Amino acid sequence: MRAGLGGVMDEELKNLKAELSKHGVFTTTFEELYNWGRKNSVWPLTFGLACCAIEMIATTMARYDLARFGAEVFRASPRQADLIIVSGTVTKKMAPQVVRLYNQMPEPKYVIAMGACAISGGPFRDGYNVLKGIDRYIPVDVHIPGCPPRPEALIDAFMTLQKKIDAQQLTGEDRPRHLKEDLPSEFPVPEYGEHDLEPPNNAEVWNPLKVIQK
Amino acid sequence: MSPETANLEEIVAQVPPARGVVEPLPPVNAEGEQLLEISMGPHHPSTHGVFRMNVVLEGEQVVRLKPVFGYLHRNHEKIAENAAYLAAIPYTDRLDYLCSMTNNWGYALAVEKLAGIGVPERAEYIRVIVAELTRLQNHASLIGFLMQDMGMSGTPLMYAFREREKILDLFESLSGARMMCNYMRFGGVRVDTSAEWLRQVRELNGEFPRFLDEFESLLAGNEILMGRAQGVGVLSPELAVSSGASGPMLRASGVNYDVRKVDGYGVYDRFSFRVPLGDHGDVYDRYMMRVLEMRESVKILEQAVRDIPAGPIMDPKARLRGLRPKAGEAYGRIESPKGELGFYLISDGTGNPYRYRVRPPSLINLTVLEDMCLGRGVADVVVILGSVDIVLGEVDR
Repeated sequence: MRAGLGGVMDEELKNLKAELSKHGVFTTTFEELYNWGRKNSVWPLTFGLACCAIEMIATTMARYDLARFGAEVFRASPRQADLIIVSGTVTKKMAPQVVRLYNQMPEPKYVIAMGACAISGGPFRDGYNVLKGIDRYIPVDVHIPGCPPRPEALIDAFMTLQKKIDAQQLTGEDRPRHLKEDLPSEFPVPEYGEHDLEPPNNAEVWNPLKVIQK
Repeated sequence: MSPETANLEEIVAQVPPARGVVEPLPPVNAEGEQLLEISMGPHHPSTHGVFRMNVVLEGEQVVRLKPVFGYLHRNHEKIAENAAYLAAIPYTDRLDYLCSMTNNWGYALAVEKLAGIGVPERAEYIRVIVAELTRLQNHASLIGFLMQDMGMSGTPLMYAFREREKILDLFESLSGARMMCNYMRFGGVRVDTSAEWLRQVRELNGEFPRFLDEFESLLAGNEILMGRAQGVGVLSPELAVSSGASGPMLRASGVNYDVRKVDGYGVYDRFSFRVPLGDHGDVYDRYMMRVLEMRESVKILEQAVRDIPAGPIMDPKARLRGLRPKAGEAYGRIESPKGELGFYLISDGTGNPYRYRVRPPSLINLTVLEDMCLGRGVADVVVILGSVDIVLGEVDR
């Protein structure tokens, strides 16, 4: 349906599928099957930064049970992970390591920025050593506000990510970044310069909201 | 001299002088052979956050270990120096993010000393109740994490977090937040407890020993725990005292020192409880310390919930906004679940502290990590680090 066949064809395909399913014939597209599999077996990286990491652990425990969404396999190695949950304050000393971990993950990979600190620096924004948002260096798929966000919020973010994965197209111009061969899958790792991190952001992924004055 | 400090004095007399600054050595052994250097962290599943250790190995044995701090340095002290006294309370929540209530208390105590604010009796009792609940959930989770480090997978942690969630529910109904409670104020606490809340505490407290029994029957004689913990990471009482270690880690080495007993801050002198002491100072003793302390906390909770008086929860003279203490200095310390948590404040008479310093128990307990790890394998380093009970928010601040 999402193969980009055009409106009329989509409608016809839909009707055909509905008709076939009445006769016990299950049809699907490769894209749907692929995305269905991917969204239900996301392996997050065992990566805790600060306070939010405790809520992330609580989410995986019995009461909230992230395993219901196919994400119970937390992996310590970035080589085996699909999702990095940036859970907590990213300091300027830690930012290069976060980007490096992201670079080491195999494609397709996703990022959840958990908590106010990972989004913008949060309560520690005024600190001289605090990075004001991890989306300056790596592309973030889902942001969760909160300090710390409740486990329910993390589950909601996770379901949002699942919807996002499910809607990804494998072909066409709108295909995700990892399927575009000419785009690099790694981002430059910032270094500690004389005064601040160099570069201060990665222009390729950093799209701050612009204030338009009327 | 109080009986609690008696054996401390004897030990202090035997403490050897400090070693001074040790120059870093090249990674070769006495025969000139190359040693193996490993950087554990800052991303490592068992460093409890973003902690890094540079470990030098000769074969399997650790011959040197250098901790590298600062990956979570988020300028807590500087931010607090630039903010009003009241505005620092939410930041103290995020110091040791497992125990926000006790952090609040340590800071409130320091400001109360600095500004000469009293605390009503009911507030003191509420503080004891929430602090002991915090101790229960911290120790339970610590044991869970420690067992995970030992390779018992997540099962003990699941048990621990089941109990922790019940305590967090109580915190949430009291303060509105699960983890970052922001509950205490100088001169009292923010909101009063209801009779229903106290009943819930009593109920939880009554059931808690059953969880401890269950936990202990699963763990105390467990082969993995005995094999991995007994005789591992021994800390001598002399070294523990000279390094400034505190909390369960110090008491596991057999030193009888608990700020709740020594200072009797708050209303702790009214409760009857014992301070458990260890014999060997190894990881197993540190684990047992936590289990036994939970049992004592249950006793304190029982008495506190029973004896809590009615009355106000805030000192009517306390001024929260625009507090300007007279010029001077104060050090408030409490027995947080991790050890002696102290806040040192210098006031110059303005609305924000001139100097604000935290004495983090986690950081100071970590300073002896190398001494405990020498001669052990890398797998033991993980367990020893786990038994110290660190939280990086507090270590790096």
